[in-house]
Formats: sequence, C-alpha cells, structure tokens
Amino acid sequence: MVAVAIVRVRDLFAAAMLFAIYSLLSAALFTVLDAGDVALTEAAVGAGISTILVLAVLALARRFEHPTGGHNLLALAVVFITGAVLIYATLDLPEYGLPDNPAQVHVGPHYIEHSYSDMGVPNMVAAVLASYRSIDTMGEAFVIFTAGLAVFALLSVRPRRREAGIVPRRPPRDSEDSDQGDKADE
Amino acid sequence: MSDNGILRVVARFLIPLIMLFGLYIQFHGEYSPGGGFQAGVVFAAGWILFALIYGLEDALKVIPQRAMYVLAAAGVLLYAAVGLLGVAMGGRYLDFYPLLDSPHAAQQLGIITVEFGVGVTVATVVMLIFTMFARRKSEWKAILEEGDEET
Repeated sequence: MVAVAIVRVRDLFAAAMLFAIYSLLSAALFTVLDAGDVALTEAAVGAGISTILVLAVLALARRFEHPTGGHNLLALAVVFITGAVLIYATLDLPEYGLPDNPAQVHVGPHYIEHSYSDMGVPNMVAAVLASYRSIDTMGEAFVIFTAGLAVFALLSVRPRRREAGIVPRRPPRDSEDSDQGDKADE
Repeated sequence: MSDNGILRVVARFLIPLIMLFGLYIQFHGEYSPGGGFQAGVVFAAGWILFALIYGLEDALKVIPQRAMYVLAAAGVLLYAAVGLLGVAMGGRYLDFYPLLDSPHAAQQLGIITVEFGVGVTVATVVMLIFTMFARRKSEWKAILEEGDEET
C-alpha cells in the first residue's frame, strides 16, 4: 500500500518520506523474522541515510515531478506479465520453514555447528560475514568506497555556466516555469 | 534551522547517544546484531544530524573533508592489510588463525579489526557523500549570484 502511494504521489518530498516509512516497515518485518542484523541495516540505511541523501538531492532539484502525459500500456503489460510469472514461480518454492529445504541442508548446518567452536563468536552472522565469507565482505567494503569515489568524481568539479549561454537556474521551489537547463549540472 | 532552540537542545542530547550506540554496535557486533556496516551508518547519521542543526561548516570543523578521504581509504586498506598479514604469517589470504596462538583469540582479533575497517570506511563515505551534495547547493548559489552580477 505504501509502495502504491509512492508511485502515485507527485510531490517528491512526500515520496521520500513514504520511502522512509516503507523501509521502516521492512525493518519491522525482518525483526519479526528474527533477522536482527538485516533489520538493523534496513532501519539505519534504508530509513535513515538514504532518506537524508534523497533530501539532500531534493534541495538541488525541483520538488514536483513533471506531469507525464497518458499511460504507457506496453510497460504496464510487461510489468503485469513479469509479476504474474514471478508469482507463478513462487508456487514451485518449497514451503517456508521445512527442515529439508535447501537453505537448511546446504552450508547452514555446518555454520551452525562449527562457528562457535571455530571462532568463539556468539553472533553467527558476524562470524560468517567477517571470517568465513571475509573476501565477500571486503568486496562490499570496496563497493562502498567506490561509491564514495564516484560521487566525488561527479560532484567535486565546481558547476560551470553552460557554454550556450543558458544560466543554470536554480529551480524555483514549487512553481512550474523554467523548463530549460534546470537539472543538468555540467 | 540553527536558530531553533528545541532542535538544538534535543540534538545536543541525542547526538552523543547516537554516536555511542554506533560504537556499541561496532564493538559489540560479535555478541549482538550489528557490525561494521550498521555501525558506520549510525555513526555517520549522528554527524549528519549535527551538520543539519549546526551547519555544514561547523560539522566540517569536527571532521574535515580531507580526513574523510584519508579515513575512507584507510578503512578498506586496513581490511586488506589484515588479509595480507595473514599471508605474511603463513596462512591464506584473510586467514585469521596465524595471527595469534589461540585460535579463538585470533579469529576474534581478525573479525574485530576487519569490522572496524568496514565501519570507518562506511561512516566516512556516507559523510563524504552528504557533504558533496550539501555543498553543491551553496556552490550553485554562488554561481547564480555571479551570473546575476554579469547580466
């Protein structure tokens, strides 16, 4: 329901807030599923940081979305077919929580039985992330670092006025004029 | 926003708690949910709250931008260095067992160090991205004023 509201709403500020609510609800869902680490991440990253970053971007962009004319029926059809196929595929999944599911018989039991005797670390998630799957986690850290580098590369250059003489106007708060040269930075 | 008394008082009360909680989930990560990623984000959130209330310039006095570049790189390098240290002491890459004699202590040392590296990188990268976006607006304003003078 929140997701539908996000798609419907034209006010980007409200959409950002709805995204935060959506993340918080997901975090609550993860807590119900006993996934404390994931819930903590979702609450901190989804509801906190990404909302703040979106708001920081909104300070630069305009507050209201451009009205798009009409509906794209082809896109709607593609979305519906993909969704239907995915729902059909879930029928093949084994029932949630059965003891002989692949998630329960693959490497899971090995971690559950050995992680404490191997590491002496009570939080199994930390043991798996930082020790058994250490190289993966290092890759993630490098991904974060690369994201920082990318933003730095894009935004460290001071904005210039366009060659063609179009002044990069700061878009007015919530009026609808100024169509040219509003968002492109360079 | 900085002249709002309620915000200032509440933020002054909350920011230390947020940062303390960030450090808690950093270093208590092996016992309770948490770890480097979450801790870095929470810690950065405390700093961003400070920047929102007291202004970006004051916040950059606390942690200058240059320090962010250095720390962001230092975090991942710390991670990689721990891996190489394992190789140098006779194990495989990112193998923590050779670090200390007791296997449990070695693993815990490795995990804590590695998570600390992740936390430092995540916190500083988030701060850096926020700084970049927040600064963009003032740069843009300066350009606009320049343009107004010229025309």
